[in-house]
Amino acid sequence: MPDDQAAIRLEHISRHYTMGEAVIRAVDDVSLDLPSGEFLALLGSSGSGKSTLLNLIAGLDRPTSGAVIAQGQDLSQVSSLELARYRRQTVGMVFQSFNLLPRMTLEENVELPLRLAEVERGDRAARVRKSLERVGLEKRIGHRPSELSGGEQQRAAIARALVNGPKILLADEPTGNLDSATGESILALLKEIQKNPGMTIIMVTHERPLAERFADRLAIMGDGKLLSNGAAR
Amino acid sequence: MKPRDLSDLALRNLREAILRNSLTTLGIAVGVASLVAMLSLGVGLQQLASKRLSQSGLFDSVFVTPRVNLRGMGRAAMPPSLDKVPRLLDESARQEISRLPNVVEVYPQVRFFTEVRFDGKPFATMVAGMPASSKASGSFDGMQGSFFSGDAAYETILQSEFAKELNPQTSTLIGKDLVLRYAERQSIPPNPVDSKAASSSESLPGGFSVVPKEMRLRIVGVVDTEPASGFGGYGNGRLLIPLQVAMTLRAAQVNDLRDIVRGTSSTPTFASLTVRAKSPAYVEALEASIKNMGFGAFSLLDASKSLATFFRVLDMLLGIFSSLALFVATLGIVNTLVMAILERRREIGVLKALGASDRDVKQLFFFEAGVMGLFGGIFGLFLGWLIGRALNFGTNFYLHRRDLPSVDISSVPWWLVLFSIGFAVLVSLVAGLYPASRAARLNPVEALRYE
Repeated sequence: MPDDQAAIRLEHISRHYTMGEAVIRAVDDVSLDLPSGEFLALLGSSGSGKSTLLNLIAGLDRPTSGAVIAQGQDLSQVSSLELARYRRQTVGMVFQSFNLLPRMTLEENVELPLRLAEVERGDRAARVRKSLERVGLEKRIGHRPSELSGGEQQRAAIARALVNGPKILLADEPTGNLDSATGESILALLKEIQKNPGMTIIMVTHERPLAERFADRLAIMGDGKLLSNGAAR
Repeated sequence: MKPRDLSDLALRNLREAILRNSLTTLGIAVGVASLVAMLSLGVGLQQLASKRLSQSGLFDSVFVTPRVNLRGMGRAAMPPSLDKVPRLLDESARQEISRLPNVVEVYPQVRFFTEVRFDGKPFATMVAGMPASSKASGSFDGMQGSFFSGDAAYETILQSEFAKELNPQTSTLIGKDLVLRYAERQSIPPNPVDSKAASSSESLPGGFSVVPKEMRLRIVGVVDTEPASGFGGYGNGRLLIPLQVAMTLRAAQVNDLRDIVRGTSSTPTFASLTVRAKSPAYVEALEASIKNMGFGAFSLLDASKSLATFFRVLDMLLGIFSSLALFVATLGIVNTLVMAILERRREIGVLKALGASDRDVKQLFFFEAGVMGLFGGIFGLFLGWLIGRALNFGTNFYLHRRDLPSVDISSVPWWLVLFSIGFAVLVSLVAGLYPASRAARLNPVEALRYE
């Protein structure tokens, strides 16, 4: 499934925070090429910098130094408006705590990225339904997140992340709040999504066995550095 | 984000914290209400004063008199520009003045002494001719009976004090007849020259004789006020008759003696004319034109301007004091929106992660502030109008108990409706500036981490 073109290229990126006089090197000189269509699992202990790295790739944060090149675009050089457009059109994000807006129904939650992307109202309903069908939640379209199980909420979050047709799916510990069986089903869903032509997935996780089963490649981080990067099996 | 989506989201957010947002909106409404109530009071009082004054005919009128050169009577000479040959203020002058631009009507002041016979008893008083337009002056509002049925009707309206002399139960007078006895002037041809006595060879002008006459008038009304008493108008008359009737009587008036001396008695002249302009705006030009024609002319325009300035200052002061309440309300908006940022920190992070730009987030908060301002403005306008109505009600209740005519002291014109709502929205948007930009600047990574 992976093709030759790099979906993401990280060139010596660092992200340092200053706390008083101390400098915290959350990400320290990481370089990585991720071909389009590949499923990468980012592993590491807490505080190893994997979530920070994911935020840099998501365009939620900017590196202190180095370049994040996603789909040929250097994110460290673009304006905040272009970065917002990148988050809207190129990437989809899934979080450990789902981050669905509790006062909205599933339909409204999934519609939110379409509103932000200024998709015509007439086209939205069909795209929302299609996205929810893909994760098997079309019958829960009018429910609020509080009426769903954890696994269903995460599926809804995946539907929301995919509704704008991104090329890169970023998942920050998507199974962290789920039991093992549900977590496994979510990863199976991600694996299924990876079959879309050119869909690149980066997942941050603690669970190495699952990562080995579902990801194409494992990158292990420690103290902000990339310790290893190789095929999962 | 498209405006409709933005408004959908903003309204949804406002509904979520409905109690807090409603209280904030109520705060704005109270501020706007105080502003509207105060300004409507200022506007109402101004309108009341302007209406009374404009209805009185004082401010849209020019009062014309024959120019009299008083040199030799202890007064300084007139400036050269005014030192024109005095003209007779007669019917031809009246016609000429009535043809000037923006003149609504020109009518003479006809006032003469009379003796009224009622129930066989004599009553001495002054008669004044009233033009038909005086009906709209406001002086006849609340009168007993009715105004004259026509310009040529042999009817009279009595001033209430005079009516009480005829009969203390003034309402019983209406419909009854009285007899007016007056002095009619009749022209006498010019005298031949007495060559021994006269210093000039000119023939002496004719004079007039005064003949007592009577006419019967029906009492149609009794009026409390003395319509436009005083200044150049038709005041001091206690028995009012239609001007057209008054003119046909050819009653001898004060200026008749002057006309005899001047040798102009063969042409009846007017003591003064009242020229009504289309609006006070034309009075100044009209006054100048009439002076150029060789007449004396004056108006109360300057007094009117001072009055307008006074009310503008009053409105400004009332506006400033009532704006203080609105200022306090803006602090409520800032507080509500800052609280909303804290509560919706994570939501802002999610929106940004999904692709919302800083501008989208700013607009969302801005819109929420604007909606609170709009609703607060509309509700405040309604509240302010209610307060104005209550003030009106209270004032009229008080006036009614003292047998005084009712007044409208509060008025909400269209400009005040638009201004108050617009001002509430503007103030709310200004109050939303800081929270909106603070929300937009929120770091999405930190916002997503926020529990």
